[in-house]
Amino acid sequence: MNMFMAINDAMRTALKSDDSAVLFGEDVAFGGVFRCSMGLRDEFGKNRVFNTPLCEQGIAGFGIGYASTGRTAIAEVQFADYIFPAFDQLVNEAAKMRYRSGNQFNCGGLTVRAPYGAIGHGGHYHSQSPEAYFTHTPGLKVVIPRDPIQAKGLLLSCIRDPNPCIFFEPKALYRGSVGDVPVGDYTIPLGKAEIVQPGTDVTVVGWGAQMHVLAKACDMAQSEMGISCELIDLRTIVPWDIATIVDSVKKTGRLVVSHEAPKTSGFAAEIAATISDKCFLYLEAPIQRVCGYDTPFPLVFEKCYVPDHLKNFEAIKHTVDF
Amino acid sequence: MQAAMKIATRAGVPHKAARGFSTSATFDLPVDFKGHLCEPPPQQAEATKEELLEYHKNMFLIRRMEIAADGEYKARNIRGFCHLYDGQEAIAQGIEAAFTREDDVITTYRCHGMALVRGSSVQAIFEELLGFRNGVSRGKGGSMHMYNKSSNFYGGAAIVGAQVPIGAGLGFSHKYRRENESDKMNVSIAMYGDGSANQGQVWEAANMAALWKLPVIFACENNEYGMGTSVNRSSYITEYYKQGNTIPGIFIDGMDVLAVREGMKFVKDYCGSGNGPMYVELKTYRYHGHSMSDPGISYRTRDEVTNVRQSRDPIELVKKRLVEAGFSTEDELKEIEKALRKEVQDALKAAKESSVPDDSELATDIYTTGKKMGDGPRLESEMPSVVRMPDITNNLHY
Ligand SMILES: Cc1ncc(C[n+]2csc(CCOP(=O)(O)OP(=O)(O)O)c2C)c(N)n1
Ligand SMILES: [Mg+2]
Repeated sequence: MNMFMAINDAMRTALKSDDSAVLFGEDVAFGGVFRCSMGLRDEFGKNRVFNTPLCEQGIAGFGIGYASTGRTAIAEVQFADYIFPAFDQLVNEAAKMRYRSGNQFNCGGLTVRAPYGAIGHGGHYHSQSPEAYFTHTPGLKVVIPRDPIQAKGLLLSCIRDPNPCIFFEPKALYRGSVGDVPVGDYTIPLGKAEIVQPGTDVTVVGWGAQMHVLAKACDMAQSEMGISCELIDLRTIVPWDIATIVDSVKKTGRLVVSHEAPKTSGFAAEIAATISDKCFLYLEAPIQRVCGYDTPFPLVFEKCYVPDHLKNFEAIKHTVDF
Repeated sequence: MQAAMKIATRAGVPHKAARGFSTSATFDLPVDFKGHLCEPPPQQAEATKEELLEYHKNMFLIRRMEIAADGEYKARNIRGFCHLYDGQEAIAQGIEAAFTREDDVITTYRCHGMALVRGSSVQAIFEELLGFRNGVSRGKGGSMHMYNKSSNFYGGAAIVGAQVPIGAGLGFSHKYRRENESDKMNVSIAMYGDGSANQGQVWEAANMAALWKLPVIFACENNEYGMGTSVNRSSYITEYYKQGNTIPGIFIDGMDVLAVREGMKFVKDYCGSGNGPMYVELKTYRYHGHSMSDPGISYRTRDEVTNVRQSRDPIELVKKRLVEAGFSTEDELKEIEKALRKEVQDALKAAKESSVPDDSELATDIYTTGKKMGDGPRLESEMPSVVRMPDITNNLHY
C-alpha cells in the first residue's frame, strides 16, 4: 500500500469508527488532487464527505466551528502553500479557543491535512514546507509522516487527539513510498520520535520526505567513512520529543538536523537551541542545520536549493572531523 | 449549439459596409449584454479591418502558443504547473483593445494570453515557460508569474484570489494620482475565475473599492469550472456580474472579442469617471483541462468541449466577421494563419536555444539595496548577512 492509499485507509477507518466525523475540502468528494479521499464519498455519503468552495480561510473556520461542537472535522487544504489564507483561523482561532474560553470550548476534533514539500518541479507555490510557522503557535500540534505505515497511524492519532492538529503529508511520497500497512485500526502516539536506525557517532534528525534523503546520507557516511549515524524521525514536530533526541546526543555528542524549509527560523533552530542547552557538555561539535536556503522556493533551481543527501553527508562528516 | 454560431455569423453581417470597399463596419453582437443596476451598452460594435486583423492575429498567436506549450509540457521541457488559455483568447484581447497601457491589469495564474496582448513576445513567453533567462520574468516566475512593468501588467498569481485586493490597491493609486476631482482616471482590472470568486479576499477588496469609489474592475472569467468543480457546485450566486450586490455589474460574452471590447470600454468609462468599481462577468470556456495534469474530461464530456469549439469559438467568430464584411477572404486568412503558425514555431525554436538563468540568480531579487541597475526596472540585490544563501562557489557546501 502506498501513502495516498494509507491516508485514504486512515480516513475510512476514522469515518467508520466515529459517526460525527466529516471530511471536506476543495475537490475531496472527487478524491482530491492526490486521490487521498478516493471512494469515500460513495462509501459514507455526501453529507459526510463533501467539496467546499475555493476558500481556505472559510474551510478552516468552518472546520473549527464544527469541531467546537464536540465533533470531528477533517479538512483538506489542497496544497500546504494554500494554507496561508487559512493561517489566521488556525493561529488565532483554532489554537487559542480552549485557552481564551477558560476551557469551555475547544476545537480539538479538528485535523487539517495538507500536502507539503518539494516534488522536483513544483515551483514557488507547490513546494513549500510551512511547518515552522505553526510550531510557533502554542495550542496546535504539527505532525508529519515519513511512510505509509506512519501516515495511517499518525493521521488516526491526529484525528482522535483532543487538540487541533495540522498534518502535513509529503506529497513526493504519495505514490512512491510503499509499505505493509496494517489493515486494522491502529494509532501511533503523537509527541514521540522514532529511532529509525540506531548508531553511535552522530545523531541525525529529520521528518517527512527528508527522512529518505537522510537515510541515504547516513548510508553514505557509513560506507564511505565508517561513520555510524543514529537516524531519528521526529514525527511530531510540536510537541516534539526532546527526551529521545537528548538521550541520543548524549550518546553520540554530535547532531545534524535537516529540513527543506529555509534555515532561518526553521524548526531545526529550535532543536539546535534546545539541545545545546540540554547537552552542552556532551557536544563534540557544533550542531549542524542542513536546510533550504533563505530564498523563496525556486522554480528552476530546486536541485540546488534542496538539502540533498550530499549536503547532509558533508554536514555529518563535518561534525565528525570537527 | 451549432445553431448559435449560425445566428452569430448572420448577425455579424456589416450594415453599412460595401463588400471589399469600406474599411470599417458595424457588427451586431450576438449574445446580449446584461446589466445589473446599470443600463448595458448597445448590442453593436464598429470595427475596422485593421482592428479585426490585429485581434485575429493576437488571438491566433495565443492559441498556437498554448498548443505548442501543451506539446512542450508533455515532452517535459516545460515543468511545474502550467495553465493554458486557449478558448479564452477573446477576453485578453478585448480588454487590451478597450484599455490603454496606462490602465493596469492583474490576473490569475492563467496569464499567458494576457502577457501576450500586453506586449510580451511569444519567444519571451516561451522562455518563461521553459524557465530560461530571457523569459518575461527572467525565468524566475514560470507559467503562473508573467509580468510586464512597461505595460502595467502586474502579473499572474498562483494563489487564488490574492491578486484581487492588490487590484484594489492599484486602483487607489490611480485615484490618488488624479489632479482634479473631475479628471478621468485610468483604471485597474482585477481578474479572477468563477471558482476564485468565492475567496473572501474578493469581497474584502470590493467593499474597499466601493467605499472609496476606486476605479477598479472586478472581472470574473467564468469558464464554468474551477478545476473539476462546476459553478453550480461552488457558488451560491452563479450570476457573477451580480455578486457585487449593490455594486453595478455587466455580463459580457467572453467568446466575442468585440463584445468584450465594447463592454470593457463601457466599464472603463464608468469606473474611470469616479463612480466606483464595477463587476464584470465574462462568460467563456477553457478548451484544455485545468492545468497540464488534468485531461479535462472527467468532469465534463468530450461532447461539451467539442460543442463549444464548434459553436462559440472566439477565433472563428473574428474570422467570420472578417470574411462577411469583405475585409478578407478565407484564403487570405489561411495564409495569415500559416504565417502565424510558423511565427510561433520559430519563436519556440529560438526560445529553446536559450538556457536557465545563472545559478547565482537563486539568491538575487529577494532583498534590494534600493539602487537602480542599468536602465530597466531592476534594482540591485542585497544579501544581508543574517540571510543564509548558498555558497555558489562551492556547491557541496550546505
Ligand atoms: C489559495 C489557493 N487555493 C487553491 C488553489 C488551487 N487552485 C488553483 S486554480 C483552482 C481553481 C480556480 O478556478 P477558477 O477560479 O474558476 O479559475 P480557472 O482555473 O477556471 O481559470 C484551484 C482550486 C490555489 N492555487 N490557491
Ligand atoms: Mg473557472
